[in-house]
Formats: sequence, structure tokens, C-alpha cells
Amino acid sequence: MADYKKIINAYKDLPGGLIESYHAVQREFSYIPEEAVFYAAEVFDMPKAKAYGVATFYSYLKVGKRGKNVIRICESAPCHIAGAAQVVAALEKELGIKMGETTADGKFTLEFTECVGQCQATPVITINSKPYGDLNPAKVPAVLAEYK
Amino acid sequence: MAEEMRIVLRNVGKISPLKIDEYIKAGGYKSLAKARSMSQIDLIEEVKKSGLRGRGGAGFNCGMKWSFSYKIDTDQKYVVCNADEGEPGTYKDRIIMENDPQSLLEGMAICGYAIGSNKGYIYCRGEYPYVVETLNKAIAQAKDKGVLGDFDIEVRMGAGAYVCGEESALIESIEGHRGEPRFKPPFPPVEGLWGKPTIVNNVETFANIPAILEKGADWYKGIGASSYPGTKVLTLTGDVVNRTYFEVPTNVTIREVIYGLGGGMVNGKNFKAVQIGGTSGGFIPEEFLDTPIDFDSMTTIGAVLGSGAVFVMDETRDIVDIVDRISKFFEHESCGKCTPCREGTKRMHEMMHRINKGSGTVGVMDLLQNLGNVMSVACLCGLGQAAPAPVLSTLKHFKLEFNAKLN
Ligand SMILES: Cc1cc2nc3c(=O)[nH]c(=O)nc-3n(C[C@H](O)[C@H](O)[C@H](O)COP(=O)(O)O)c2cc1C
Ligand code: FES
Repeated sequence: MADYKKIINAYKDLPGGLIESYHAVQREFSYIPEEAVFYAAEVFDMPKAKAYGVATFYSYLKVGKRGKNVIRICESAPCHIAGAAQVVAALEKELGIKMGETTADGKFTLEFTECVGQCQATPVITINSKPYGDLNPAKVPAVLAEYK
Repeated sequence: MAEEMRIVLRNVGKISPLKIDEYIKAGGYKSLAKARSMSQIDLIEEVKKSGLRGRGGAGFNCGMKWSFSYKIDTDQKYVVCNADEGEPGTYKDRIIMENDPQSLLEGMAICGYAIGSNKGYIYCRGEYPYVVETLNKAIAQAKDKGVLGDFDIEVRMGAGAYVCGEESALIESIEGHRGEPRFKPPFPPVEGLWGKPTIVNNVETFANIPAILEKGADWYKGIGASSYPGTKVLTLTGDVVNRTYFEVPTNVTIREVIYGLGGGMVNGKNFKAVQIGGTSGGFIPEEFLDTPIDFDSMTTIGAVLGSGAVFVMDETRDIVDIVDRISKFFEHESCGKCTPCREGTKRMHEMMHRINKGSGTVGVMDLLQNLGNVMSVACLCGLGQAAPAPVLSTLKHFKLEFNAKLN
């Protein structure tokens, strides 16, 4: 696995680069290790509390471990009325975990999200930010199979 | 019957987004050259005269905004494109950026020349990493071709905070901070990014600029509604046949959008409500469907045009349940900086949820109304001010549905 120190250092001279560095770490790890937040505080010369405050403000960023593949289900109103709840139930059943949890093998995490801007095809989920639209319970196994 | 009119989407499907030569062949970058042959004042006057108003929701006159930054004499100014597009049901900025990124870059460069700035940022939402890739490639091509001159553009990623669509929160986020809105004044055109004069415009606003320069302010002013001329890109969701996007002149009515281009209601069901402008918009009942979609007409019916999202609900939909869901959105997205919003969105969701689950009372409905009224005026930014709109508008137009769920 890549070294988060190297990743963060690459953004050291970018004005306001803290958030970009978090994105870069998350692209590599699928989350931001807590130590990486404390290291970023050093690099960007700010109190740990501030670096942590920034990382935890943004819901697209996640401090602390999560699965290799992050599945996010849109629950905004258009997806809500298009049957997001049934998709949630199918995903929970297929993976044997509840929303917010990670599978025992560390492969999948289930999360809610608000609109991801693919509303031509509600209900929508994303896996590692790649959108899958017009979902229904029957389609869930095939989509997951791509990542198993 | 209403028809599409494509100005900002003029190149969609006609050119390859990652071939700058095709954009140039279609007339691209002529407007930037034309702008640079004009004086800055004449250029700003032309944009002002076109009547173009912001497409991000606030509807401010674009040329007027530019003039505020132009007037300030300082070493550095910034042009920022708001591509945060967080309003649920909205994806029009994505369509523009995915299909015609150079239009956006050209619009930004024209703004840069007008106000005297050599640095632009595009703040693109984190949920669109594939769009960020397209933008970066497009910027690299524009640099290679030398079309932008000394105007530099950099892409920054948002990270899933709806409030960062608010321009001062967006600026905080580019600076690397938590995305909390600033107290205003000063407004960004005077004191924005790193304290410097900064123009923040929406993607769709910028994409209009090259066309206005090419065809002239008078041409633009003659399209659509006179107080909010031009077109608007709409994205249709919910129980409508054509769940897709359209660009229409701003004088078409809501009915024409839903029953014309939208193809009517799915399975021929009856219409119940439409929410326009995204999740922060008011709910509109059938009696107002003949209202034109332009900014000012929408305001007169207590609704908004906002981002141009059109969320259609048929007779079977449970309004109270939908508003419960929406009030959860605002509780989640409130940044917590000001008390009326932090506490208000939480209590509002709590009360909506109680009513939805059948344990509400008339007293709870009165409290909701009161809280909504207070928040609309007491919250620091547009998030908290608009958060009560779905609740207040449904209490007004769909009270029977609330009553039916009371304990
Ligand atoms: C909570 C909130 C969210 C907003 N989200 C967006 C957005 O996603 N995109 C946008 O362009 N404007 C958004 N705005 C409006 C911006 O603050 C600002 O008015 C706009 O970017 C100015 O550009 P325009 O004049 O071209 O519309 C939002 C405002 C608020 C209060
Ligand atoms: S509402 Fe679910 S993707 Fe937009």
C-alpha cells in the first residue's frame, strides 16, 4: 500500500491544498487513516484539531477504516420515491450487513449519500464513485459481482 | 407547444468534448478573441445589457456582478466557477461539463479579461471525479493550443458538503477550510478568495457568455422572459414520462415543461405536485402550473426557479413522507455555524418525522409553521433560509395530507 506521507507531501505547496491531499489519500486507501490526518496537520502547519475538523466536515471524506469498495445509496427525494429503500434492502441482504457497516472480509462498505447528480436514472447507487442507475433489487447481484 | 432551444447546450452531441479542434471549428474561442478586442468596460456593458442573470439560483445580474470586481484596483483577482451542483435532482452542470468543457473555459476566460484576473478555479463536486478528469484534459488542451493566453484555470474538488455550493462557503473550501459560510458584507466580488475580489458564477452562467458575445446582447435579451432572458436547462425527475434534461426559453410555463417536453405523467396518472429548483424549492400545486418558469414569475407564486430541477409527483405520492425525507437532508447538510439553522433543521426534521409516523398533533403543526417562519429570516445563509420552504409550502397547499396523518 502506498505511503500516505508521500501523497500528502506532494500537496505541501498548493495553497489550500489540504482537502486535495485528503482526496488523494482516499483515492489510494478508500478512506483516510487517522494518522494521515495528524501527519497532514504537520505538513500544512496547523493544529491537529483543525486538520481533523476539516476532514470530518465533508461527508465524501471518511476518517477511519472502511471497506475496499464503498457502496453509496442516494436517498435524496427523487431516488427516495423511485424505490431506494428496496435497493437498500437488497444490498443489505446480498452482503449480509446493515447500512453503515463493512463486510467481515473488508471488501464492501454500505453508506447513504445525498444526490450524486445522476438523477436521470433514479434510484442510483455508486460504487467507488462509479454510478449505477435505474437500479432495482433484481439487478443488485449482477452489479456486485463486478467487484467480488 | 414548447420547444427546446439550445444555447448553453449548443454543442452537446455535435462535437467531441475532448477534441478542442472540433470546438474551435464550431466557432469556439472566437468570442474570447472578440472580447479581448473590446475595452473591459464595453465588454461588461455588453454582458449587462444582455440581461443575463445567474443560473446558480440567486439570479443576480451577471455583468453587474463583474463590474464590482472590475472597479477594484488590486494586484490579484479571481474567477471561480461554481460546479458544486449539490441540489438534489440537478445534473445540468454535469451535462455541460461532460459534453462541452471548452465553452465553460472560454466563458471563464472572458470574465477574467473583463475584471482583470489571470487565475480561475473550477470548484467541482467530489462526486464527479470523472468530470474532474474531463475538465483537466480540456484545460491541458486549451493550454497547449495557447487559446487562454495568460489566463490559468485550476480544478478543485468539493467533498460532499451541500453548503459548499453557497459562494462564501465554497471560497472557504478552496482555501482548505471547513466549508462554513462567511458573514456578509463584504461580498466575494469585493473580498473573496484569499481576501481578493472574486467572481463566483455558475457553470451554466459561464457557458452562456461565449454565445452572448458571438450573437450580441440584443439577440439574447430578446429570448424568453424579459426580466430573466435567455434559456434555462431543466432536469426532470419523478413521475414524468421523459426523465431527462431540456433547455428551454425562460417564458415557457411549468405545464408546458411537464406535459409538453416532459411527455406528461407516467401511466396517465393525475398530477399532485411539482417541486422546482431542487430540494430547497417550494412545492407547487396544480393551480399554478400555467406560471412561466422565469425567476420573477416563480417568486410571485412563492416558489423558485433555483437550479432548474423539476421533481414531479403523481396523485399516489405521500407528500408528508417526502417532506420528512427532505427535512432530514437539511438536518444533515446544515454546517452548524449559526444556531437557527443548526437547531432549527434538527427540530424541523424531528417534527416532520413525528407527523409522518402518525404521532403529530395540531400543536406540532403550529410549531413547525412558527419555526419555519423564524428560520427563513434568522439563518445566516441561504441554506437555512430556504430549508423551511418545502415544509411551509406544503403546509399551505397540502394541509389536508398533514391533517390526515395527525394523531
Ligand atoms: C446552500 C446553497 C447551495 C448552493 N448551491 C449552489 C450550487 O450547487 N451551484 C451554484 O452555482 N450555486 C449554488 N448556490 C448559489 C451560490 O451561492 C451563488 O449565488 C452562485 O454560485 C452565483 O453564481 P451565478 O450568479 O452565476 O448564479 C447555492 C447557494 C446556497 C445558499
Ligand atoms: S436524486 Fe439520487 S442521484 Fe440525484
